[in-house]
Amino acid sequence: MSDLPLSGQPPQRDDARPVPFRGGGFKPVRVRYLGAAVIVALILLVEWGTRTGVISNLTLPRPSDVLGTFHDLWVTGMLWEHLIPSVTRLAVGSALGVSTGIAVGVMIGLFSLARAGLVPLVAAIFPIPKIALLPLFVIWFGIDEGSKYALIALGTFTPTVVSTYGAVDNVDRTLIRMGQSFGLGWWSIVRKIVLPGALPGILSGLRIGLSIGIILLVAAEMLGARHGIGAYILEAGSLYDLERLFAGVVILSALGVLTSGVIGWAERRLLSWRI
Amino acid sequence: MDLHLDRISHRYGRVEVLSDISLTIPQGRIVCIVGPSGCGKSTLLRMIGGLERPDQGAVLQQGEVPGDCLNPLTFVFQDFALLPWRTVAGNVALVLEDHALPRAQRERIVADVLARTKLTDFRDALPKQLSGGMKQRVAIARALAVNPAVMLMDEPLSALDAQTRELLMDDLVALWTRAPFTAVYVTHNLAEAVRLGHRIVVLSRRPGRIREVVSIDTPLAERRAGDPALEAHQARLWQLMRDEAEAADMELSHV
Repeated sequence: MSDLPLSGQPPQRDDARPVPFRGGGFKPVRVRYLGAAVIVALILLVEWGTRTGVISNLTLPRPSDVLGTFHDLWVTGMLWEHLIPSVTRLAVGSALGVSTGIAVGVMIGLFSLARAGLVPLVAAIFPIPKIALLPLFVIWFGIDEGSKYALIALGTFTPTVVSTYGAVDNVDRTLIRMGQSFGLGWWSIVRKIVLPGALPGILSGLRIGLSIGIILLVAAEMLGARHGIGAYILEAGSLYDLERLFAGVVILSALGVLTSGVIGWAERRLLSWRI
Repeated sequence: MDLHLDRISHRYGRVEVLSDISLTIPQGRIVCIVGPSGCGKSTLLRMIGGLERPDQGAVLQQGEVPGDCLNPLTFVFQDFALLPWRTVAGNVALVLEDHALPRAQRERIVADVLARTKLTDFRDALPKQLSGGMKQRVAIARALAVNPAVMLMDEPLSALDAQTRELLMDDLVALWTRAPFTAVYVTHNLAEAVRLGHRIVVLSRRPGRIREVVSIDTPLAERRAGDPALEAHQARLWQLMRDEAEAADMELSHV
């Protein structure tokens, strides 16, 4: 072996073969437009199925008819009449829930007393199906907007608290020690080290919170509202008007995609410092 | 300002980590603390900096703190401890923001320390864009910004590769030669200790006791890698540490 050259040409022998590559995969790559393509393909499939009769009109509405219903909604202005109250409820309710959730989560993360006192309470509230509390909220806050705000706020509050205090717990302790060693004030440490460090966790908690908010929005509107996507879907459902039902569902999906997109945008803007 | 460690002992639960440590850190000198892993040298440094409280004994400051000193006892950490969401200049500015300084003065300090650490061109870079050596230079710039009376350096070069370590050691020597600072420098690397230390304190394995204090009189600027006198010191230190390190290595961890 020792007289083999250490560099230069590869050996001219028949049994030389490349080392097999086995380092691939396990690494998410950003693939654009595939998500949209999957949805479009599914819609086209249903369209084809309903047109040829493979799928009966009773099982699924024809996507083009749903589009027509959507067009009617747009032309008559009913779209905004339903969408604006819904979006307002979602915005107000989740703003209340998320802001108190972040505040309480940060307190739990920072103060042992708050942690000891509140974590069991949050754990007790989390699994309650919030919709079961709607009658109670109607008594407390009235049949109008108040009870809907409260329901959405409570629904977004619990996941936000849990993800926020988890995120605060995970802030690099050496950064906090660094702040202390330079004599930074308590409030400076919280504002400049703890909160930015917890932001990734808080934002990913927000994704879950807002999705739950949309679910509760519809549930609340089904139980007592004249306008709103939920009321619209309920009315269509009770008449077995599948086109309108699906039009409502599509609006909800769009709302979900939109909130997720907004959070994704915020993550790219605010968390560009991450490796 | 001098620092005195007065008979410091400490335990974590039932494990005694430091035992009866008395030491003086004179102004304008670099004191290196070496010892086998787990001997409590980092704990001792945190006590000197007031991040941890010893069970017995005390750390005493003696003499006036210079008037323009914003943070007398200032750490340089092994893992740099830079805020990843702040730029180089932002990381340095962080430690000035809690002091009532005029904006112009703050900017002057940041520009000055970045120039001294050769980072002026990188003031707007984020930590993720920097190499390990650059990150540690940012951390050193941040420490210099508060004009410390004593720098507490916790294995500042241990996370870096050998070449970067050599370069940064030269940087530290140059910084010290221009403006002598007081430092406690914890390391397990004896080559660093003999290059940078005026005094080298050898700790025994746990519980850490002072085994010996070695003084090296050669001026820092004249020390070169491969200098026979330094090599002799390093060999002697290794003799002292070898048995301790070996015994420490065989111990079961109780922490």
